[in-house]
Amino acid sequence: MAHAATAGRVPERGLDVYTQKVGMWVFLCSEVMFFAGLIGSYVVLRFGAADTWAVPNEVLNVPITAFNTFLLICSSVTMVKAFAAAQAGDQRGIKVYLLGTTLLGATFLGVQVYEYVELVLHQSWQGSHGFTPAAGLYGATFFTMTGFHGFHVLLGVICLAWATIRAWRGHWGADNTHGIEVLGLYWHFVDLVWIILFTIVYLI
Amino acid sequence: MATIVAEATGQAILHEEHEQSFLRKYIFSTDHKVIAIQFLIYTLFFLMIGGLLAMLMRYQIAWPARGELPLGGIFPESMVASGYILPEFYNALVTMHGSVMVFLAIMPMLVGVWANYLIPLQLGTHDMAFPRLNMLSFWAMVPAGILTLASFFVVGGAAGAGWTLYAPLSARPDLTGVGLGQILWLVALVFIGLSSILGSVNYITTTINMRAPGMTWMRMPLTIWSLFITAILALLAMPVLSAAGIMLIFDQTIGTSFFLPEGGGQPLLWQHLFWFFGHPEVYILILPAMGFTSEILSVGSRKPVFGYKAMVLALVSIAFLGFIVWGHHMFQSGMNPMLGLTFTVSTLFIAVPSAIKTFNWMGTMWRGNLQLHSAMLFAIGFVAMFAIGGLSGVFMASTPVDIYIHDTYFIVAHIHYVLFGGSLFALFGAIYFWYPKMFGRMMNETMGKIHFWLTFVFFNLVFFPMHGVGMVGMMRRIYDSTGYAHLQGIEDTNAIITWAAFGLFASGFLFAFNFFWSLKKGRKAGANPWNATTLEWQTPSPPKHGNWEEVPVVYHGPHEYSHPDVEDKDWLAQNERPDVVSPAAGSH
Repeated sequence: MAHAATAGRVPERGLDVYTQKVGMWVFLCSEVMFFAGLIGSYVVLRFGAADTWAVPNEVLNVPITAFNTFLLICSSVTMVKAFAAAQAGDQRGIKVYLLGTTLLGATFLGVQVYEYVELVLHQSWQGSHGFTPAAGLYGATFFTMTGFHGFHVLLGVICLAWATIRAWRGHWGADNTHGIEVLGLYWHFVDLVWIILFTIVYLI
Repeated sequence: MATIVAEATGQAILHEEHEQSFLRKYIFSTDHKVIAIQFLIYTLFFLMIGGLLAMLMRYQIAWPARGELPLGGIFPESMVASGYILPEFYNALVTMHGSVMVFLAIMPMLVGVWANYLIPLQLGTHDMAFPRLNMLSFWAMVPAGILTLASFFVVGGAAGAGWTLYAPLSARPDLTGVGLGQILWLVALVFIGLSSILGSVNYITTTINMRAPGMTWMRMPLTIWSLFITAILALLAMPVLSAAGIMLIFDQTIGTSFFLPEGGGQPLLWQHLFWFFGHPEVYILILPAMGFTSEILSVGSRKPVFGYKAMVLALVSIAFLGFIVWGHHMFQSGMNPMLGLTFTVSTLFIAVPSAIKTFNWMGTMWRGNLQLHSAMLFAIGFVAMFAIGGLSGVFMASTPVDIYIHDTYFIVAHIHYVLFGGSLFALFGAIYFWYPKMFGRMMNETMGKIHFWLTFVFFNLVFFPMHGVGMVGMMRRIYDSTGYAHLQGIEDTNAIITWAAFGLFASGFLFAFNFFWSLKKGRKAGANPWNATTLEWQTPSPPKHGNWEEVPVVYHGPHEYSHPDVEDKDWLAQNERPDVVSPAAGSH
């Protein structure tokens, strides 16, 4: 060992945070910029629009989406509980809360699909039938922003389902929490984006 | 503890090497060095394609009325009819030359090749933080390349709205005659964005968290600093382009009108989004080149980099300023003139860190023991060409001057001085410099020097006269300039430029020949043919899978040449142990 003198020394290896977590934070920075591009465009288009912007309540089904928002916030809570259970080595808790998060996420997606179908098939827009992405800037921005958010939820649900299957195989535990924590970071981010989108698209 | 774990996995990787199949070892490899070489071959191919497109353009510009395009018969009737390059095909040439060069050649060659190759080696780690994501970042470039090539052969031809894809030209097929080609290119762009983001996550995480013991931030080679800062720029700028590109795809396919005024959209929004990405992109394309140059100049001058900390700070400030200057591409767009003024001022600020770097490069060479090998020649060439391109950049930062030269060949001259004279010169230098590490053999020096001088002379013959042609008022993407009264008398200049461009393209083949010839016939390189200090030279050439038998420990700064305390040689490797072992010496 050429470096015997330094063998006992704690090596400098960057942050005191494990690599996957750093990677997820870095990736989320990029995601922030992606949504900033979409949301920024929405703001510019909405405030630059020549016509008055449609009132959300007259086009969109706000109550059902408010319920959906509640579901997603609950799923963040269960995600936190899943991580806490993993840290405590509580196998039953890991399974229950990961499954709960997955189901809440999947329900959110289901409600969003229902909402889209209703809008496209039954909602009227400026005298014609069907509210689609081609329905002016309102339709374009609505479907683009919520659609890309939904795509992110879908990716999250797929990863959550995979994590849940692994939970049943006893993969997670007090000595193996990183995957759940990193997935949780992503999930909370998706949740946070939704709270912003819900506010600016459905409420104001 | 971490070292022990890393060593254990390292040995596991070394052991694994013997059992890997051909497919896992060379095609779907997760080894950062193999991925870098895949990127190198990919980007050299697209460099040739981009060059070929430029040659066709130059032919048209020099002899718009002649026809008789050599080998014109091999093109479909929709591109070249009876020896004449058709206007629609010319639009595609202009657009795709820029797009291919920026997105498929220079950017992945700067980042995909060298960040992949050098970050783990120079930081002293076994591989990237996420090797499988790294593999994905290469394979995401493959559909991008295929879609780009395919777009030439679909109905309507390849994208023709300029590499900047300004809406509504890019959003409405009836304006350019290009429908599917434009969409294919945009989809390719989304793949490129994905590749770039995945790559950046890897480079940033690896740099933050996987440095060898003792490799403090201020001991990182400037190459790593530049690649790290570049990765941050790409990470934050590419997703905005992806978002904008997706909106543009929607405008073309599902009837939205984000950028179409007739549907209430805003064409100017596209320009803001594009240049919000586009200006950081400019620095993505030059910062790594600055890093390679700093490294090569220091090694080739046998001196430490002059003002290392100033160099780092200059990189950081260029990156920061790069995000707040995008409007200087839009002085003519009709945006608020007050806003134009602020963009002028912020742009002029960039001259300060750029000048710091330029003077520091000269300070590095000053009274150094200059070794004028091919890599060094290209690095010096970079400094000279970047100075010219940087100075013409100051011209166009100022609104009144820019209004005059906007969209003329002056702009074309400027972009090529920084992107070819800058980035590509540094890339050639980097290839000559790190080739022995990659392949274990030196590139031929005689051919390298001839390649440099041919490139240098032809490059200046091509692009310097373009300043003048632009001042006269020749428009940037014009198909045929002969019909304009104010452009009479520049035909000969254009013909000279075209002949020089052919020479420039041809000299690229000398490089390609040298590249492949040296693989088999090059002189064998030892581990450290340049007597360089950074970690990649302290392991065999080419390094084995896993890079190190044992994780190196770093005791010194990155560029310790001609160190006064070292007597027997003029360099001090970063991992060379100081004679007097004190526990604190290496660690802080």
